[in-house]
Amino acid sequence: MSELWVYLARTPLLWLALTLAAYLLAVELARRSGNYPLCNPVLIATLVLIGLLTLSGTSYAAYFAGAQFIHFLLGPATVALAVPLAQSLARLRRLALPLLLALLVGSLVAIGSTGLLGQMLGLDALTLRSMLPRSVTTPIAMGVAEQIGGEPSLTAALVILTGMIGAVIANDLLRLLRIEAPAVRGFAMGLAAHGIGTARALQLHAEAGAFAGLAMSLNGVLTAIILPLLVR
Amino acid sequence: MLQAFTTLLGFQLLGEALARALQLPVPGPVVGMLLLLLTLALRRDAPPAWLEPTSSALLQHLGLLFVPAGVGIIAHTSLLARGWLPILLTLVLSTALTLAATALTLRLLLAIGLGGRDE
Repeated sequence: MSELWVYLARTPLLWLALTLAAYLLAVELARRSGNYPLCNPVLIATLVLIGLLTLSGTSYAAYFAGAQFIHFLLGPATVALAVPLAQSLARLRRLALPLLLALLVGSLVAIGSTGLLGQMLGLDALTLRSMLPRSVTTPIAMGVAEQIGGEPSLTAALVILTGMIGAVIANDLLRLLRIEAPAVRGFAMGLAAHGIGTARALQLHAEAGAFAGLAMSLNGVLTAIILPLLVR
Repeated sequence: MLQAFTTLLGFQLLGEALARALQLPVPGPVVGMLLLLLTLALRRDAPPAWLEPTSSALLQHLGLLFVPAGVGIIAHTSLLARGWLPILLTLVLSTALTLAATALTLRLLLAIGLGGRDE
């Protein structure tokens, strides 16, 4: 038995298969709960896998040797976001000005509220600087964190947490504010919670997903430009 | 499917090369996405039918693709456990504020008619 484990633990197949299985399980759980917010598939699958890694004493590096094949698909999936956007291009052109203004407001609120709240709640300087770019997609956030004196790997963890929090609270919060239009909902979710927010928006509505993808990209570009200028 | 996947990887490659060559602060896949959007916009026609199924399949399971990175949180459990309350409070409150500010601004701008009539 332990020999079998030693063999399996060395192949990328084990954690690749377990990642897929954990996600399928989480999706099924989410479906059965009627998409209850805390049953977010990304959150549940991540928790299950962290539990399995801890129980089996597996390092993250050994896990990632298998899971990297899934991770790699993030690249082409990001490019694929252009397709639903191209399908609503006419609408996008017409809405360019309001979208850009909302982007500017949202991006500044994301950075400003993180800075102010973090300071008020007494976060240390390194954690705070690592947290400032938290609402944009991981590779951009890590690059910006490095520029402003944060710790990129901590930023990656905070970005993922932000995405999960956004995916969990967005639907109820936006309903509370009586925001109905899928385009508006999606744009807010992609801006505040990057790819995980976009995944959640796609789960709710195709058009919301397209606008979420747009907001995620635009906020990534804007944050990469303004955050290093704001933090001096 | 193969044609679509090759196209997506091709644009990603183009994006990576451009981001590296021009030292852009934006990662390659985002540049590739903007390049593909520009290309599709210039065609002045709907995106080709062969591109749609593969793109949809990838996006339908977008959440799965974040799981390997999400498990990376495990490397920071000690720091996150030490200061979890202020960290979590900051993340939850500022994410809620960002969602609300963005959605309310956009709804207001559309309500006053900026961007023409919208359904």
